Amino acid sequence: MAMVERQEKREQGRDRRRFLLDAARTACGVALFGVGLGLYGHRAAEANPPHALRPPGALPERRFLAACLRCGQCVRACPYHTLRLARPEEPVATGTPYFVAREIPCELCENRPCIRSCPSGALAPTLTDIYQARMGLAVLIDHETCLNFLGLRCDVCYRSCPLLDRAITLDAEHNRRSGKHTLFLPVVHSKYCTGCGKCEKACVLDRAAIKVVPRGLAKGELGHHYRLGWEEKAKAGHSLIPEQLDLPDRLPDLLPSSLAEGKP
Amino acid sequence: MKLTRRTFIKNNAIAATAMAAGVTLPEFAAAAEADATIRWDKAPCRFCGTGCSVLVGTKDGRVVATQGDPDAPVNKGLNCIKGYFLSKIMYGKDRLTRPMLRMTNGRFDKNGQFTPISWDQAFDIMAEKWKASLKKKGPTAVGMFGSGQWTVWEGYAAAKLVKAGFRSNNIDPNARHCMASAVAGFIRTFGSDEPMGCYDDLEHADAFVLWGSNMSEMHPILWSRLTDRRLTTPHVRVAVLSTFENRGFELADLGIVMKPQSDLAILNYIANYIIQHNLVNRDFVGKHVNFKLGNPDIGYGLRPDDPREKRAANADKAGGSKPMTFEEYKAFVAEYTVDKAHALSGVPKAQLEALAKIYADPKTKVVSYWTMGFNQHTRGTWANNLVYNIHLLTGKISEPGNGPFSLTGQPSACGTAREVGTFAHRLPADLVVMNADHRAFAEKIWKLPDGTLPDKPGFHAVLMQRMLRDRVMNCYWQLCNNNMQAGPNINTEIYPGWRDPENFIVVSDPYPTVSAMAADLILPTSMWVEKEGAYGNAERRTQFWRQQVKAPGESRSDLWQVVEFAKRFKVEEVWPADLIAKVPQYRGKTLYDVLFANGQVNRFPKQQVKDLAGNVYGNDEMEHFGYYLQKGIYEEYRLFGLKGPKKGHELGEFDQYHAARGLRWPVIGGKETLWRYREGYDPHVEKGAGILFYGQKDGRANIFALPYEPPAEVPDGEYDLWLCTGRVLEHWHTGTMTQRVPELYRAVPNAVVFMHPDDAEARGLRRGMAAKLITRRGEIVASVETRGRNRPPRGLVFIPFFDARRLANKLTLDATCPISKETDFKKCAVKVTRA
Repeated sequence: MAMVERQEKREQGRDRRRFLLDAARTACGVALFGVGLGLYGHRAAEANPPHALRPPGALPERRFLAACLRCGQCVRACPYHTLRLARPEEPVATGTPYFVAREIPCELCENRPCIRSCPSGALAPTLTDIYQARMGLAVLIDHETCLNFLGLRCDVCYRSCPLLDRAITLDAEHNRRSGKHTLFLPVVHSKYCTGCGKCEKACVLDRAAIKVVPRGLAKGELGHHYRLGWEEKAKAGHSLIPEQLDLPDRLPDLLPSSLAEGKP
Repeated sequence: MKLTRRTFIKNNAIAATAMAAGVTLPEFAAAAEADATIRWDKAPCRFCGTGCSVLVGTKDGRVVATQGDPDAPVNKGLNCIKGYFLSKIMYGKDRLTRPMLRMTNGRFDKNGQFTPISWDQAFDIMAEKWKASLKKKGPTAVGMFGSGQWTVWEGYAAAKLVKAGFRSNNIDPNARHCMASAVAGFIRTFGSDEPMGCYDDLEHADAFVLWGSNMSEMHPILWSRLTDRRLTTPHVRVAVLSTFENRGFELADLGIVMKPQSDLAILNYIANYIIQHNLVNRDFVGKHVNFKLGNPDIGYGLRPDDPREKRAANADKAGGSKPMTFEEYKAFVAEYTVDKAHALSGVPKAQLEALAKIYADPKTKVVSYWTMGFNQHTRGTWANNLVYNIHLLTGKISEPGNGPFSLTGQPSACGTAREVGTFAHRLPADLVVMNADHRAFAEKIWKLPDGTLPDKPGFHAVLMQRMLRDRVMNCYWQLCNNNMQAGPNINTEIYPGWRDPENFIVVSDPYPTVSAMAADLILPTSMWVEKEGAYGNAERRTQFWRQQVKAPGESRSDLWQVVEFAKRFKVEEVWPADLIAKVPQYRGKTLYDVLFANGQVNRFPKQQVKDLAGNVYGNDEMEHFGYYLQKGIYEEYRLFGLKGPKKGHELGEFDQYHAARGLRWPVIGGKETLWRYREGYDPHVEKGAGILFYGQKDGRANIFALPYEPPAEVPDGEYDLWLCTGRVLEHWHTGTMTQRVPELYRAVPNAVVFMHPDDAEARGLRRGMAAKLITRRGEIVASVETRGRNRPPRGLVFIPFFDARRLANKLTLDATCPISKETDFKKCAVKVTRA
């Protein structure tokens, strides 16, 4: 009896164990599925591929996904066919609008048809000045192939920029290799760059040296403990401290007057 | 490429791995191996007048790569974005490969479809049309429109065929649209064409003044040099004058936006400032300068029945002048005070004074640069003369860092159009058809009887179109340019003449351009390194290249076309009996025999063309004609400089140029010339002379007294804006080459109209919207740009002309400088509305 009982109990136990195990397996599976879903959802929310840019005025990604109705109105309103709706196989939340700068960049329509067509506010109607859009940030990623860094006169990205001389400037440097030419180095200024992608589209290289990427990916952040002295001075219009004592330097009398005055 | 089993497996493995990893593989290994089998040889860039040198990489009969020549003095290995894409310009998908004639049912029909025919058939119909016109109306009924992008020998052969063969001076280059005013200015002031200085001035000047030159986009590599001078030498100053803000204003210490046409007033003001402040270089002026009063009120080069021409007192004596004294000149410019210059130009007085000081300060070395702002101007010759006045008054000329320098637009505007003399009034090496001695000399060199060359200038570029429209000229052959897009006033003055059934129009081009599509016969043309060539850049540098590849299909070079066409004419068919009687030995001969197989042009036998490394190159013309045609032409042409009545155009030997990175003429005693007219630099100036402007008989240059006069068409109540046309860095002229480079097309696909945001807003327009541009002559639609590279002031719009889908020249007016006959593409009146 005891044996039977034990046997039975063992069998029951085995059943119980199997049940538990199966249950656990199921739970695990579900959990894993959940994890997968979570991951998927998370990826959709935070990690669109870097080349997928949201329309102008798009809320921060999480809030955008929550707000966007996937109605496609903005895509229909876009006169340049820049915007498209993500399809299920694409690595962007299905049905949401995005664009790829290298294919069709944003033309920054001053009357903002995409934003005005948005019924949900996912594209913020408060963005009234299209040049305040921040769809991403252009970064001159590859200095090794950028023709201007090599001394050639391309500067196509610069001239294609709707905010040229603000969002992209050319910094002139002496070309030490040629000895008599200038390197016109394109520099992007995040303060003005809308991320429209015209520069990336226009880049004449086989693969663009300048690319628009999500601002979070592109931007560094200066330590909050430090200030740029020259900018602070420019902002204030004077040194942040009162005028300081400056004693004249002792110099031999015979020096040319220009040197004595401290001029080059 | 050699592919061993091992590298094959390795490459496959790499490719497989890359594919698994989802990476597109840059084929480094393969590229390195392929590179080793590329043959490299030198050539000048196909595009602007800067004359950058490139190395052309050829493999299996195809140009596969280019690189800037790192040792070329002009560009040190650099290129602009057009030069970067040189290897792609010949391989557009729609290259023409066979002659095509408009035909219906196998016969020529003006309204027929383009049908491929043989070269024989093409020349048959051409010769038939040419002969009929010559017979009916004489030599002025046929004409040719050539190019500053022709090679030296193409220009020479064409000019010889038209002037000596057909005895017509109806040949003109598209350079007429480009730097004819510079030519007229040089000839009037110095008696000799082309700049005295060179690009080395860029490293020597203390100040640069750009007059109507958007060098930052149009001469990108020179701009890079100028910027470097400014950057590395703190005291250097740059002044940029334009009718709108261009990219050059970025660098400018003095960025001056002036009202159109007011450059004339500013230039006279500067001369007046120099005199009033007693800063005239009296010694220089006393020894080297004459003063002349030019005829005023010279009209606008429009049709004679235009009221503006009827009103003009000196429309028929535009180039006339009479001597005057310095005191008279002083009195003449005295009215150009800062107040007057300010009133006419709208430029703040402080800016005007700052500009005048740059020129007046005896210690500041100044180079003035200009391009189309000066040249495409109804007073273009005057503008050129007036800037010389300033340099002559101060003696700031012909020495390192001091001088006026006219930048050319085209790669061989100097080398071909000007030096060879493919203009309606010119002969090689500064000679002109109006001068009996010059004609006699040319006839002697060309072994032609006296009186072969006609003494009356032929139809210039704009006049040719009018003559076609008026059915005065009936046969027209256009080569190496695209006048149906680049010429002014297309609707009214160009297209009707081309499509008139009385006229027969031939266009030679590598691509089906707007012109080609409007022609009756299209001839497929070899381009750039598909032929042996020579170009001359803006600093008098002549550069040669060898034929690198064969042209596709049945394409032939313009040289081949011109010389081969000469075979179709017997002298009896084109010359009068009395002329032939002077040279009985020419009886029964063809123009080809007389002009090219003349014992001179055909004197260099067939040979292998080899570079110094021993690589062998093709030469399709030598193969076809049986002798070294290019060398024969060149050596005959060189006689004009060596033995001609005008000294100073001496060129080196043919073979020297194939071995050098270009040479700056005059090339004398195995040396180049960097600065002309100054002792020590120029071998024509004897010891002790200091300066000698030997282009003029008395060795003195002319200062011209010339007033401000208004433009031909000014904005009014209805057409209320100025229209200015021009170029962009990414595209060459009418875009026929660069618009076929996918990357350049992508970079700038469409011409946009640049306008001030307030002007746009006032017309209900915003950036990106379609606008209609309407002038009295035509209309086009383009999208509005208010923030781009060009920033016009209120009242002016700018549109580039490269875009074949919106022909900017439907809008422009065919008003020209009455002296240079160059069109003013920079000023007419337009209205802009929502499209």
